[in-house]
Amino acid sequence: MEFETVIGLEVHCQLATESKLFSGSATQFGAEPNTQANIFDLALPGTLPVLNEKAVAMAVKFGLAIGAEIGKHSVFDRKNYFYPDLPKGYQVSQLDYPTVGKGTLSITLDDGSEKIIGVTRAHMEEDAGKSLHEDYQGMSGIDLNRAGTPLLEIVSEPDLRSAKEAVAYLKKLHSIIRYLDISDAIMAQGSFRCDANVSIRPVGQTEFGTRTEIKNINSFKFVEKAINYEVRRQQELIEDGGRVVQETRLYDADKDETRSMRSKEVANDYRYFPEPDLLPIVIDDEFIEAIRAQLPELPDARAARFVGDFGLSDYDAGVLVASREMADFFETVAQRSGDAKLAANWVSQDLQALLNKNNWELSESPIQAERLADLILRIKDDTVSGKIAKTVFEAMLSDESSVDAIIEAKGLKQVTDSGALEGLVDQVIADNPDQAQQYRDGKVQVIGFLVGQCMKLSQGKANPAQINEILRNKL
Amino acid sequence: MIKKTVTELCAALASGETTSEALTRAYLDRIAEHNGALNAYITVCEDSAMAQAREADAQRAAGSTAPLLGIPIAHKDLFCTQGVLTTSGSKILHNFVSPYDATVVERMQAAGAVMLGKTNMDEFAMGSSNESSYYGAARNPWDLKKVPGGSSGGSAAAVAADLCAMATGTDTGGSIRQPAAFCGVTGLKPSYGRVSRWGMIAYASSLDQAGPLCKSAEDAALLLNVMAGVDNKDSTSIDLPAEDFSAKLNDSLDGLRVGLPKQYFTSELNPSIAAIIKTAVGELEALGATVVEIDLPNSELALSAYYVIAPAEASTNLSRFDGVRYGYRCEGPKDLEDLYKRSRSEGFGEEVKRRIMIGTYALSAGFYDAYYRKAQKIRRLVKDDYARAFEQVDVIIGPTTPSPAFGLASIKDSVTMYLEDIYTIALNLAGLPGMSVPAGYVDGLPIGMQIVASDFAEAKLLNVAHQFQRVTDWHTHKPALTANKEA
Amino acid sequence: MAFDKSEVEKIAHLARLHLSSSESEEVAARVSDILGLIDKMQSVDTDAVAPLSHPFEAVQKLRPDVVTEPNRRDELQALAPLCQDGLFLVPKVIE
Repeated sequence: MEFETVIGLEVHCQLATESKLFSGSATQFGAEPNTQANIFDLALPGTLPVLNEKAVAMAVKFGLAIGAEIGKHSVFDRKNYFYPDLPKGYQVSQLDYPTVGKGTLSITLDDGSEKIIGVTRAHMEEDAGKSLHEDYQGMSGIDLNRAGTPLLEIVSEPDLRSAKEAVAYLKKLHSIIRYLDISDAIMAQGSFRCDANVSIRPVGQTEFGTRTEIKNINSFKFVEKAINYEVRRQQELIEDGGRVVQETRLYDADKDETRSMRSKEVANDYRYFPEPDLLPIVIDDEFIEAIRAQLPELPDARAARFVGDFGLSDYDAGVLVASREMADFFETVAQRSGDAKLAANWVSQDLQALLNKNNWELSESPIQAERLADLILRIKDDTVSGKIAKTVFEAMLSDESSVDAIIEAKGLKQVTDSGALEGLVDQVIADNPDQAQQYRDGKVQVIGFLVGQCMKLSQGKANPAQINEILRNKL
Repeated sequence: MIKKTVTELCAALASGETTSEALTRAYLDRIAEHNGALNAYITVCEDSAMAQAREADAQRAAGSTAPLLGIPIAHKDLFCTQGVLTTSGSKILHNFVSPYDATVVERMQAAGAVMLGKTNMDEFAMGSSNESSYYGAARNPWDLKKVPGGSSGGSAAAVAADLCAMATGTDTGGSIRQPAAFCGVTGLKPSYGRVSRWGMIAYASSLDQAGPLCKSAEDAALLLNVMAGVDNKDSTSIDLPAEDFSAKLNDSLDGLRVGLPKQYFTSELNPSIAAIIKTAVGELEALGATVVEIDLPNSELALSAYYVIAPAEASTNLSRFDGVRYGYRCEGPKDLEDLYKRSRSEGFGEEVKRRIMIGTYALSAGFYDAYYRKAQKIRRLVKDDYARAFEQVDVIIGPTTPSPAFGLASIKDSVTMYLEDIYTIALNLAGLPGMSVPAGYVDGLPIGMQIVASDFAEAKLLNVAHQFQRVTDWHTHKPALTANKEA
Repeated sequence: MAFDKSEVEKIAHLARLHLSSSESEEVAARVSDILGLIDKMQSVDTDAVAPLSHPFEAVQKLRPDVVTEPNRRDELQALAPLCQDGLFLVPKVIE
């Protein structure tokens, strides 16, 4: 039997506010335990929540970016359960009236086509603290620094049909969030977390199969692996005559498998009800329009502009806009160098390869946009050839001086002095009489060999076009 | 001197007739003498009170005119007080020394009040008799075998017995008004949102409201002036224009329209109480008021809705008491669930556990619509009843309680106890302001008249109460404490 | 609505309360009485009535995104039953 995979993703994204959703405590990552947990965060009796305006603005910003309906009257609810990382014994979340309603985003499939993925909703809620499982007198330690950090939970429709699509959706979402600058969205630090609802069904069947929820997926790579594992597991289960059980499963990256979280199997009854310590959030048109006015150019629009204005291919444009930083970098290089195509090639190939090789963030690269643009300018004005430019690029990694200084110091400047070049050509003709004769006899393609010899002799610094011309004249 | 009202004490302090130090000493002495019998205070802050009193006297010498400068106050033990034990009447907070002040406490302090201590209360404000306190029930100063009412019973008893000049209380379903009635003092529950809830240990968030218990309506106005006002720390506090609640106390009642709910004056009401209220209303008529009968058709259902909404909110408000970050923790928990279950079961009293159970049930899967949602709909009907009534009248008057103070341990079953709040509870659902003022006696025990006004019309309420107190002297009567001591 | 012992146990677990067998019976009886009082409201038709969460239908205030709270860990952890290395300790959390 052939199966179809159905995936929906729930993404928890920490909003990059200075202070918490409902208190004035700081939200910095990596602080000493419990130093960013005030009396409200510790749920001391008598403390009350007051909503952070920036968090609301960020949620609305996200909503506008995905073309979603903004809940003009959204309501916080209490989700009740006991857990040591949840000090109040309830999480303040939004059930029936989320701030962000239905929206969409588009992903590019392998064949280059676009697919629209539905976003069901995005709601604001509080993050929980952390339980540390090292041994403290045989007990667990609780750090509540993270408790109360604002989260936006973004729920997709079950529109994804493969692990690859899921990753594409997740990357697109990540890209939009980074463009909006509403979250650090660093998976490894937990500011961008993903749970996957996975089910399979026979091809052609319209009802959904029983789904499992996979938690603890903390990199894009693992999203793909975890889903693929889970799909295989479900398929084998069904093919062996078994049945998928609706449950929460934990992804174990070391073993590359998902396993049942037995401790959470007991059916929870969260007893949601409207949070009486908070009133409905009313978002008026003025608030929405003020945020709309601040919306940056988003990846799809930017890619279209790169294609239109710079003549890039869809593929190159897509690669360059995936990250806002990369796109900004490219634009700086393109503008400063005045050559978008060269800029696109250098950024998406040489620079990208450099980052990949060293596992660097763009900001960590020793070659920033201005210097790369300067290098391209030197290619354009024939100071260096494209090939020598690679040597300069390498040199720039360990040398912080200007492009010109490096070219000068390393003697990499292209030789364009016709006197010097003529001497060079004379020597090559003298050293290779046979080939010179062949050319004179009409075997014109041999010129390539002779140019090569000239270049070799000049250690690549000769201007090949000039050499070519001088050779032809002399022969 | 200690029997005087706050208004009178302010004058005495201003004229130099007494000092805050002398006054505070006198109250502390009286507490030392009578608190053993009354159990009105859980904590007495002798040293800090004397220090605050001396500071108040120094400030007065330096020219301060803070409105309550040097006046000794008692706070209900659910207001968080920095550096002072704050128990909410519960074992689960038996060791909780608050690291912060409630806004009400802060405002009283800024107004110059001297904190004598923290008063007894039903555990987490759940009760109408003070008997659910982990610290034992406070007693009614009029008869030590009777309850003082609840939940702010300690505050009411302390005011009635002159163990303080004034006190704070909170009212979720009658917890200021009913003990005020039982102890013969004046109690005001402001409109929901009028006074900040920051630092008030929550019972039911959408119903809780702080207010004063004191010796006259005039005092209540002074206290409300200090307590009221929007607070950025409480999202549900309401931003209203500043108001001087003392300004309209002496407005004429000529033309005042008084509504008497027909649902209150039925055969179920103690006839002696009915007579007292009718007489009191007669006093208002003599001052120019006109009286009409009004209809509050959903009065009886208010009690049902309340006993869903309040426990539901309470059940989750009390989830934070888990033995992890503060408060009582059971001995040697064998695992996490054991830690939760034993800390909570050993730390909470019976009534609190009962209400947590009801609230949890009302919110649980399958029952939410039939209970919680239904109760919220009834809540709207109750509010609409009042809105209609206030189109016809300026204030609504009735008894505060269906009976005078009852005997300690005389009410055993929950439902009978809950029915004690039959006249007070609807206001909390509707968020309206209400007062109880002393209006007479039945069997030697004080009876309270409840006055209710429309949303944020506390000034009207205080005006009516003050005018009533100008022509009557019930509020000036004092229990004969020594005579009762042996009883 | 009847509230039997098994219901009591389920609800007690949700609320993380431990009730002995005799307590469960007592609670079941008491709570059933209270539910009798509560159920009076079932007689009213409220289909057309919108639920009311707050007495006044006011709007949520917003707070500027500013860090206002200093670190008070040592003072606050002095309230806790058990702490070590700045952490609150609880019996092992099993995931």
